[in-house]
Amino acid sequence: MESPIITFNNTCISYTKGVMAVKNVSADIARNTITAIMGPSGCGKSTLLRAVNLMHNLYDNIHVSGQILFNGQDILKMEPIEVRKQIGMVFQRPTPFATMSIYDNVLAGYQLNGIKLSKAEKDETVERCLRSVALWEEVKDVLTKKGTFLSGGQQQRLCIARALALKPEVLLMDEPTSALDPIATQRIEELLVELQKEVTILMVTHNMGQAKRISSNSLFMYLGELVEQGSTVQLFDNPKDERTKAYLTGKMG
Amino acid sequence: MEKGLKKRLFTNKLTTCLIVVLSALTAVPLFAILGQVFYKGIDQFSWSFFTETTPSVYRVMKAVEAGSPIPGGIANGIVGTVIMLFMSMVVAIPAGILGGAFLAENRKTTMAKVISYLTDLLQGTPSVIIGIVVYLWVVVPTKTYSAVAGSVALCIMMLPLIIRSTEETLKILPASLKESGLALGASRATVMFKIQLPAAFGGIFTGVLLAVSRVIGETAPLLFTALGCSLMRYTIDQPISAVPLLIWEFFNDPFLQEFIWGASLFLLFFVLTLNVLSKQIAKKWKVQS
Repeated sequence: MESPIITFNNTCISYTKGVMAVKNVSADIARNTITAIMGPSGCGKSTLLRAVNLMHNLYDNIHVSGQILFNGQDILKMEPIEVRKQIGMVFQRPTPFATMSIYDNVLAGYQLNGIKLSKAEKDETVERCLRSVALWEEVKDVLTKKGTFLSGGQQQRLCIARALALKPEVLLMDEPTSALDPIATQRIEELLVELQKEVTILMVTHNMGQAKRISSNSLFMYLGELVEQGSTVQLFDNPKDERTKAYLTGKMG
Repeated sequence: MEKGLKKRLFTNKLTTCLIVVLSALTAVPLFAILGQVFYKGIDQFSWSFFTETTPSVYRVMKAVEAGSPIPGGIANGIVGTVIMLFMSMVVAIPAGILGGAFLAENRKTTMAKVISYLTDLLQGTPSVIIGIVVYLWVVVPTKTYSAVAGSVALCIMMLPLIIRSTEETLKILPASLKESGLALGASRATVMFKIQLPAAFGGIFTGVLLAVSRVIGETAPLLFTALGCSLMRYTIDQPISAVPLLIWEFFNDPFLQEFIWGASLFLLFFVLTLNVLSKQIAKKWKVQS
């Protein structure tokens, strides 16, 4: 495998002292692929995902140990602001900034970081990002409207565009389609398959069908442990661990 | 029909009746006060009532002798109230919002717990005590009653209300809103000022309006600090009047007692307008969570 973009090295995360929510996870995430993290509720998949852009730093009680390497550098020792510019995140529910227009939402990353762009650069970025999430045609005439006027699926695509605007290397997605209807979900899935050419996607999903459809690699977690990892095809067709098998066949969930 | 059901329906009816009667009862004093003030005060409303200052004893005497209506109005009080409100808001609004933001963001620190407790305490402190304390802090050292001293007292009274409303509104914003700001690489301060506070604007504005309507009728703290003055004044280092202070003065002057009602009605209108306005704003800028 080409050098992985992210490497988990004995990563442990605990919310309360002595109780591990994520136990000794070691895994490699390949560049320009979609990697799905699967597992039943409470298995620590979101917790693991959120560690990657240092979201846990916000909460004093959460403790992360081990290493998370990003291009060979340990994220846990880096400045959160620097990490987050290169590793974007999309949440379960769409979170457009209600006080900003669609246009400003896309540029929020620049505005919040105090980066000044010329009008031409702004227009170019907005169009490029909205095109890459296939939202441009739908909103090009209403760019000055508030982002909250859009439908749920459109809002989520707007949030992806907002994350992409900063040209991150990695995009973390925490069940990005679980609050959306099947049609909106399908559109986002198609979009992600396109996007993996530009950006590595690490995605938590409850939806096994989704993992099977779009991801090239999968991690399966259970009770905080990384049970199995490998190519999605192999994981689904020929799971090595009994627990993976039970989960994938619906005997456990 | 079963017996049990009949009984339940009866209990239901009885409770409904009780609730209607009791809530009607609570409305009685409310309407009685509003009615009384309106009935007595509306006659006072005239152009001169709002543009002229409190009449001097000499003018009152002449009017009484001639049997004509008492001249003068409450303009000096309105100007004083506006000046002091403005000065206290300039300090209380930014300080209160920053305090509320601090409390919402650092809930578990000792400092936040102490501030939060003090805020509750301050909110419950009788206004007369605040007046006395500000008298000691400002009036005694500066050797004069003044609009500044009055503003300090009002400011202290507004602070806990603004802090609380800011904190509460920030707390109900979804956590993912803040996190998505941070996920874009912004600092916590930037996210607070550019995302969280704008999103909480409605709640904060409502809190400010309620704080204003709370202090606008305060008399006790102003008695010790602004004192009152029957002249029109725009200076901030001299005693100044305020509408509630005038009501108190009118009450103590047998010839001016009619004015109490006009001034009261004016205050009531003001507070009512602020309340209606804050309801509208709260509706329009409802927090999406």
